[in-house]
Amino acid sequence: MALARWSGMPALGDVPVQIDVDPYMDIDAYDAEGDLMVLNLGPQHPSTHGVFRVKLYLDGEVCIKAVPYLGYLHRGVEKLCEKLTYANVIPIVDKNDYVAPMTSEWGLVAGFEKLIGVEPTPRAKVMRTILGELQRCASHLLWIGTFTLDMGGAIGGGATVFMHTFREREAILDVFAELTGCRFHYNHFTVGGQRHDVPAGWGAMVKAVCDLLEARTEEYESYLTDNTVFKARTVGVGVIDRQLCLEHGLGGPIGRASGVDFDLRRDGDDYGAYGTVDWKVHTHTDGDCYARYLVRLNELRTSIAIVRQLIDGIPEGPICSLKQVKLPGAVKPKAKASMAYAAIETPRGELGTWVMANSERKLMPHPYRCKLRPPSLHAVSLLPYICPGNNVSDIVVTLGSLDPIMGEVDR
Amino acid sequence: MSLLGAGILGFIAVNVAMLLAGWGVWYERKFAGRMQSRPGPTEVGPIGLLQPIADILKLMQKEDTVPRDADAGLFHLAPPLTVLVTLAVMAVTPFGPGLVVADLEVGLLFALAIGSVIVLPVWMAGWASNNKYALLGAMRSAAQGVAYEVPLLLAAAVPVIYAGSFRISDIVEAQAGYHWYVGWPPGPGLVAFCLFFLCSLAEANRIPFDIPEAESELVAGVSIEYSGMKFGLFYVAEYLHTIIASLLAALLFLGGWEGPGSDQAPWLGTVWLLAKTLGLFGFIFWARWTFMRYRSDQLMRLCWVVFVPTGLALVASSAVLVWLGVV
Repeated sequence: MALARWSGMPALGDVPVQIDVDPYMDIDAYDAEGDLMVLNLGPQHPSTHGVFRVKLYLDGEVCIKAVPYLGYLHRGVEKLCEKLTYANVIPIVDKNDYVAPMTSEWGLVAGFEKLIGVEPTPRAKVMRTILGELQRCASHLLWIGTFTLDMGGAIGGGATVFMHTFREREAILDVFAELTGCRFHYNHFTVGGQRHDVPAGWGAMVKAVCDLLEARTEEYESYLTDNTVFKARTVGVGVIDRQLCLEHGLGGPIGRASGVDFDLRRDGDDYGAYGTVDWKVHTHTDGDCYARYLVRLNELRTSIAIVRQLIDGIPEGPICSLKQVKLPGAVKPKAKASMAYAAIETPRGELGTWVMANSERKLMPHPYRCKLRPPSLHAVSLLPYICPGNNVSDIVVTLGSLDPIMGEVDR
Repeated sequence: MSLLGAGILGFIAVNVAMLLAGWGVWYERKFAGRMQSRPGPTEVGPIGLLQPIADILKLMQKEDTVPRDADAGLFHLAPPLTVLVTLAVMAVTPFGPGLVVADLEVGLLFALAIGSVIVLPVWMAGWASNNKYALLGAMRSAAQGVAYEVPLLLAAAVPVIYAGSFRISDIVEAQAGYHWYVGWPPGPGLVAFCLFFLCSLAEANRIPFDIPEAESELVAGVSIEYSGMKFGLFYVAEYLHTIIASLLAALLFLGGWEGPGSDQAPWLGTVWLLAKTLGLFGFIFWARWTFMRYRSDQLMRLCWVVFVPTGLALVASSAVLVWLGVV
């Protein structure tokens, strides 16, 4: 009979159960008599953010071992990239990170541009930065909503926060729809620039959204930051230490909440217009769910500030440095580089695109191989390390705080 | 009161309670809609007033599924039992001066005792469903129900000590002259009211204490395998429990049916009691649509470390006040 070791008074102690965390533990040796309860959390579960499944070995309600299973949303995007032209690939990556399609496209296009040797125009650079930051706001807003939903339930206080953040996110989607004609899957970025130019009055619309978001962010702050129940559920829950983040290649808000001072907008290749604006990277040292909340809330404010600085000074000029962007197959790689890796900072962290040109048959205008490095996959890979010893309720909250998007995890 | 009179009153009380439970759902959905900047139900009837009827008709048309490995007997028995147990409390609660089905001498004790039996049908449902989520929900429910019973009783002991009687109508009469126990004598009554109300929330499984249901973790907890009207009965029981908790709090601490004009017209007293009950009912919604949920171990810690000592202190201090002759 294998049982978790209880220490002290469960009602008084801060750490009720001590468990040696070993993600590779042989559960059959640990629990030879089969006393543990196996709970399949997902793939159909309201709090698994899509179709994620984690197999939990529970002693009472305490997790002893967690095994994540991926692949329920596998669509073969990387294989599709080998069959489609460079221009054709862009709309399908919209569906990878379906909460932040703008940055999802940007990550791919950045890789293609590096491979082909094309530089976006100055106008496109500033536009991309504005869109990327608005998308970050939209994504973080949705995250705050779903995160509170995970701890407050679909019928409760969490739903109230969710409805409010969803309302503000809708305002951002309206801005995108004004520009691209789509609320969600934009197909806006192209190699060398973008497809649509700024419509009349768009700048004023963006500024109005920024005003709205600033006021509403204060509202969320006043509602959640000192909320007793919210703090009880997040402070000290799902702690990820800095070393674990580094071992798993975790940047993004999760890494920054654990003290990894790394942001590709500042530390990566010079992309977008981040060099021309005044902004700073927010970090926290606690590494718990509450720290991740604070980091994301501050990033929301920073993104609004970046958009404000750029929206009045969009340089004039062409929106794309290539002429025939609309024709599929018009983009042909030069022999300059046979492979390239470019990464950008999406709302979830480092989204990398490694792409290899078809060097043998140069006329074939599609990648030979395209590998995407989604940040959510690395976040989900932490679960076996942080779940053991936690209550089922905490596991749901921790999973929510990692903000995984299964579309990009499984691709 | 004759047997026939009691029967008629009981019939009316049960039907009014069921109607309140039905339209309580409408009230809550409208309330939640306003909090979330959306209109709530609008389609069925004027301002969506017929929505509960549509909901019930829909639930009754649903297929009644029973899991293959479920314990069918217990599975079928549990939902009606939850409603029955909750309704039984109404036998001893007065709705106005003299308006009570059975004015038991130990009425309050009966109400709290029969109210706590609800743990059994919920546990039955969780066990009979043969589902892991239902089992986890039932275990949490049993632990929570047993734990919160203690501070609930301790808080209810304060008006009993003040009034010197377990009979609910005696307790209400003792508060006459606007000496409501929530405010007079100042101190223990107010704390006891808050404690009683919070523990009632926990007993009725409402947020922030709705751990047994916990739809974000346990999907739907004990009711996960139920469909159709049997699923609906759990909700009816939950709303009834909430209404009865509000009713008891109004009777024990808010002077019951006392209000302007109630001494001239007894029917006005019933209206006042209903108004107080619905006010507390709305407060429960407010809390529900504002707060997140505690974790089960935090909930138990809150109970044993904060609520139970507070309850004991309340009993002692109210006894001292009675001894000093303040009450």
